Amino acid sequence: MALDQNGVITRDELINFKQIVSDERYKKGPVAVIECIQEIPCNPCEAACAQGAIKIGMPITELPILDEDLCTGCSICIAKCPGLAIFMVDKTYSDTEALISFPYEYTPLPEKDEIVSAVSREGVVMSQAKVIKVMNPKSFDRTPVVTIAVPKEMVDDIRSMKRK
Amino acid sequence: MLNREVVIAGAGPAGLAAAIEAAKAGAQVLVVDLNIKPGGQLFKQIHKFFGSSAHRSGIRGMDIGTQMLAEAEKYGVEIWINSAVIGLYPDKIVSIERGLENGEKELVNIQAKKVILATGASENVVRFKGWTLPGIMGAGAAQTMINVNRVKPGNKVVMLGSGNVGLIVSYQLMQAGCDVVALVEAAPKIGGYGVHASKIRRAGVPIYTSHTIIEARGTDRVTEVTIAELDSKWQPIPGTEKVLECDVVTLAAGLKPISDLVRLHDLDLTFNAVFGGWVPKHNRDMESTQSGIYVAGDTTGVEEANTALEEGRLSGVAAAEALGYLTAEQAKELKDDIWERLDGLRMGPFGEKRMFAKNDILADFPACVK
Repeated sequence: MALDQNGVITRDELINFKQIVSDERYKKGPVAVIECIQEIPCNPCEAACAQGAIKIGMPITELPILDEDLCTGCSICIAKCPGLAIFMVDKTYSDTEALISFPYEYTPLPEKDEIVSAVSREGVVMSQAKVIKVMNPKSFDRTPVVTIAVPKEMVDDIRSMKRK
Repeated sequence: MLNREVVIAGAGPAGLAAAIEAAKAGAQVLVVDLNIKPGGQLFKQIHKFFGSSAHRSGIRGMDIGTQMLAEAEKYGVEIWINSAVIGLYPDKIVSIERGLENGEKELVNIQAKKVILATGASENVVRFKGWTLPGIMGAGAAQTMINVNRVKPGNKVVMLGSGNVGLIVSYQLMQAGCDVVALVEAAPKIGGYGVHASKIRRAGVPIYTSHTIIEARGTDRVTEVTIAELDSKWQPIPGTEKVLECDVVTLAAGLKPISDLVRLHDLDLTFNAVFGGWVPKHNRDMESTQSGIYVAGDTTGVEEANTALEEGRLSGVAAAEALGYLTAEQAKELKDDIWERLDGLRMGPFGEKRMFAKNDILADFPACVK
């Protein structure tokens, strides 16, 4: 299966479109993970990054390329992506857990320290997870970003939480 | 008879953009819309738009609507709501059934110098056994209910169609508190953007490609549908039926351009499957085969709000130029910028077929207009 068949992006697709963050970069701390492999006319992520770490260029249907070294993992691009296709992963959070941040435009919003169900790209519950942070400043324009702590070995598969 | 320099039918993104450009240049503009509020479909679009960050992408459609109305007001655009253009006569006489504040209607004839038709598109339906049961509606109707009127159409939805409308409305139904039981798509692939499909998959919605709805059942309203897998000839495969419990079925099977006014005025049409049906022929100024009558937005072929907006701008600039409010040089600069943005929006695997289709229409424009 592939993204255009069932809506789930595969690891092979991410590799083919050079959207896999390197292991070396993951070791250095939080980093943006962009999952955008179709050439659609869209480029707000490029302007969103104050570090200039996301490059699209012209025409605006080009795919975003992340410069891993420039990315600080600040997570601002997550809320700016109209496709909700950017995440932040921090594999250095603890020995056993990693952090994943994702856009979450449903109500009610989870609260800090709440236990939620972490789900995969298919919406399948992978594990229980603690909410570490909920960011919802005015500049995010009603796209809150939720950060949860999940078992480290699952972080590449977890991309959201179950709707409450 | 009243006089207006530019009369625009339709206050959606194309009509408003046309009005703003023409009025900004100095023209006296009237926009007529039969809805109770201007903005067309923009106020239903609660999601952030794609497009270029230089031009309002990343902004929610409803907020673009608010910005455009403020801009229209700033430039003195007159907007008649609850009003319908019901006639277009030779020499640009426009008949309008005008809605008055007391709820009455009056017939008004206006002598226009330029007319812009931006009447949008309407939803296609899909017929299956039981399709007229209450609870079965267009995806656009469901979107109006949740995002404009704040009414849930029901609780358990089956969506038919995986274009961007089907995907986005599924997401918004969940934001409104509904559950989407399944999204059913007859084609073997998802029609809309993968990122929209991924959003609803993460929320647990199964997508059944190569499937369709065979039958809807219920007494007072729909209570369940039967779906089945389709073979390569689009025929249901016996034995693959599944029954899904639901109280709402939403149909997102594409749109077709609304061309009633275009036909009324006897403009030359051309059939274009990519754009959803019969569309008026037009040139790069969005001028139809009759001089001084312009067309813009989904009327000229179903695309998206941002392309409608840019086409509206083109028609507004061209009308202002023809009225003498812009020099050829000023107008060219504006139009070149707009075309550059339109070309950008019509690139990539999703956009390029619309670019080719638009080029076909432009190439088909007769050398001399009426």
